[in-house]
Amino acid sequence: MAAVSTSTAPAPRSRRGSARGGEATAGWLFTLPAILIIGVFLIAPIALALWVSFTDWNGRNSPLFNDNVEVVGLENYAAITTDQSLTRELFGRSIRNTVFYVLLVVPLQTALALFLAVQVNRRMLKAKSFFRTAFYFPSVTSSIAITGVFLFLFGATGVVNRILGALSINGPNWFADPRGTIHVLLGRLGVEGPPPGWAEPGFLGVSAWEWIAGPSVAMCVLIILAVFTTSGTFMLLFLAGLQNIGAEVGEAAVMDGAGPIRTFFSVTLPMLKPTLFTVLTLGLIGTWQVFDQIYLTRGTPAAPTLTSPAYLAFNQAFEDNEPGIAAAIAFVLFLIIIAMTLIQRWVLGERDADGMGRRPRRRDRRRLGRVADAEVHAPGPTGAGGHL
Amino acid sequence: MRHSKLGSVALAGALALALASCSGGGADGGASDEPDAPAESLTMLIGSSGEAETTAVQAAADAWAAESGVDVEVIAASDLNQELAQGFAGDSAPDVFYMGWDQFQTYASDGFLEPYAMDLENAGEFYPALVDTFSYEGEFICAPKDFSTLGLVINTQLWADAGLTEADIPTDWESLQSAAETLTSGDVVGLSMGAEYARLGVFMEQAGGGLMDGDTVTASSPENVEALEYVQGLLEAGTLKWPADLGAGWGGEAFGNGSAAMVIEGPWIRGALENDFPDVEFEVVELPAGPAGPGTFTFSNCWGIPEGQETADTAQELVAFLTSDEQQLEFAEAFGVIPSTESAAATYAETYPENAAFVAGADYAVSPVAFSGAADVVGEFNNAITTLQGADAQAVLDQVQSQLEAAHQASQG
Repeated sequence: MAAVSTSTAPAPRSRRGSARGGEATAGWLFTLPAILIIGVFLIAPIALALWVSFTDWNGRNSPLFNDNVEVVGLENYAAITTDQSLTRELFGRSIRNTVFYVLLVVPLQTALALFLAVQVNRRMLKAKSFFRTAFYFPSVTSSIAITGVFLFLFGATGVVNRILGALSINGPNWFADPRGTIHVLLGRLGVEGPPPGWAEPGFLGVSAWEWIAGPSVAMCVLIILAVFTTSGTFMLLFLAGLQNIGAEVGEAAVMDGAGPIRTFFSVTLPMLKPTLFTVLTLGLIGTWQVFDQIYLTRGTPAAPTLTSPAYLAFNQAFEDNEPGIAAAIAFVLFLIIIAMTLIQRWVLGERDADGMGRRPRRRDRRRLGRVADAEVHAPGPTGAGGHL
Repeated sequence: MRHSKLGSVALAGALALALASCSGGGADGGASDEPDAPAESLTMLIGSSGEAETTAVQAAADAWAAESGVDVEVIAASDLNQELAQGFAGDSAPDVFYMGWDQFQTYASDGFLEPYAMDLENAGEFYPALVDTFSYEGEFICAPKDFSTLGLVINTQLWADAGLTEADIPTDWESLQSAAETLTSGDVVGLSMGAEYARLGVFMEQAGGGLMDGDTVTASSPENVEALEYVQGLLEAGTLKWPADLGAGWGGEAFGNGSAAMVIEGPWIRGALENDFPDVEFEVVELPAGPAGPGTFTFSNCWGIPEGQETADTAQELVAFLTSDEQQLEFAEAFGVIPSTESAAATYAETYPENAAFVAGADYAVSPVAFSGAADVVGEFNNAITTLQGADAQAVLDQVQSQLEAAHQASQG
């Protein structure tokens, strides 16, 4: 379809240029409010923050047209990446914490969301809307409120530990426990301390032993919290995706003799790929930017194992009065998110060699072009159906 | 192609507009709008402990407004540091604000604060420790609003139950240790305090140490090691537990729910206990002295005035009014803070004998280390304190030493 429209587009432009021009003006006029709002509240602050990340602005007056502000080049970025400083170590630790957070939250919440969506999408299920509402409910509640509740639930003598106690399990002091879970597991296996050489400061000033610490016990609570609150939202996305899959597809699978599990993995899941991509991308972005929960738990004894780059940026800007470093952290975080999204896009596209990825699409287009040339309306290749 | 060119032009236009409006907004919010004559109204940003404080400050501001004819708008911040930073960045800082001891050096070193305090009539009447806290490079910058020190808070019921008497009240490290041992039984632990430098540091002071001595970092001194090892001894004996290990958020909560018989806390514990645990009976004594004598920390706010504002003179008059002995005693009555001048504090100690121990501590109290950039190091030290039991005290302090030296060097450079 795209090939057709590009080939015909130039003709009307040359013939009725003025009319098209008027349309374009009207179009810009209509989008102007949105462009202005996005420009003032999104583009300009981002540009300003990028500028601040290259200066030594101390937070006084405007960072623009200010004689006291000097451009320091990449100094702020060096402070968090190459300098032998405490700030770098704090940054490295926040990256470590968030990597484990992302690694656990994104797969768990996606799997749970998909599972819930499939369950509430069943035709046989009674009280569907009740379950949908129930599963979606945690997403509606504010993260601050839920974190507050979790702080109580997972207190030293909180409900969770009472229940564990009733089962004769001695629960940990969740939010006060900075031990990494991998360290704990290694401890069970008899590895108590770092192997020789692993305690030296390594990448971003954090030792190899600390890099493999795993999410701390306190972080595990936040991981449970994130999975609990966000899987409802993503369930909704999957549900929309599932409802786009016609009933006939499932029937065809049944006719071909596929069981429910085979149908799910070979038919439903591939057809949900666009939704899966959306959910994974949103999940990655959301988890890398985690802030609310970290801000609320900043006073707990295990707080250093909970910090995230977003929280560190806030802390550097408003507690340490280092807006330049804060902006630099924000942009490094931005680059990380972009990189992660690209990697994930590439991984999802790669598995697609048989008809749904980006490269095959070009082939389809060519094929479509040929088909159009021949003026033969033959059924397209199986894969192309998804894009039309 | 045509579209993208148009798009970029529009984007550039929007950007220019946005930036222009940004810088324009900055100028508008600032001093340029203020008339040249004495200011007609002031804004005051406070970090309030609650309704009582907000009301009392507003009442004081109104009283001054009636006298001077200058209206004062009191705004209680929900996050003082953040709102203050935003105000300064937008060139619309409040005319008077609370400036915490922990942020003071950072703000002063960045030149945010008007140095006015030495011009006040009562500049000589403040406690010397507080003047020290709010001086930058030898200059007394802003007037201390009030202060708090740390004392030893004792649950009198548990004290009596354990068979202890007035004579057993700890006066040195040994008697503190033995009292804590006697009080520890069952679910009750003898002593508790927040696992942080702002509590533990008092033992370092009592041992004759401290993180800094003038401009020298002395974190790894033998005195500090002695202090940390004493605390480790209490931890290992089980007579000292951190609030988190007692299922409490802070020392006052552990004390209130009866899981700690003694805590090291400040005067704010009184209000918290009255609200949440009205049945707990307690008394406050001075902290026991260490090998090098008594030692405690003082925490304070000052009345900050932004540098170079045209309202500064008017704001200074307001501060002079607010720091007068009469007004400070009114604040003391309203929300329990200790006046920052020695004369008013003496009156306060007579009026509220139950808080006399906190006032007495002011004679030898010092302010915790808080120069610009020290906060991160103190944060690291706090992390180490939570896992102090079984740790190597010397190694912990060596790390603080090197980090604090680096931070101090950076703050000087």
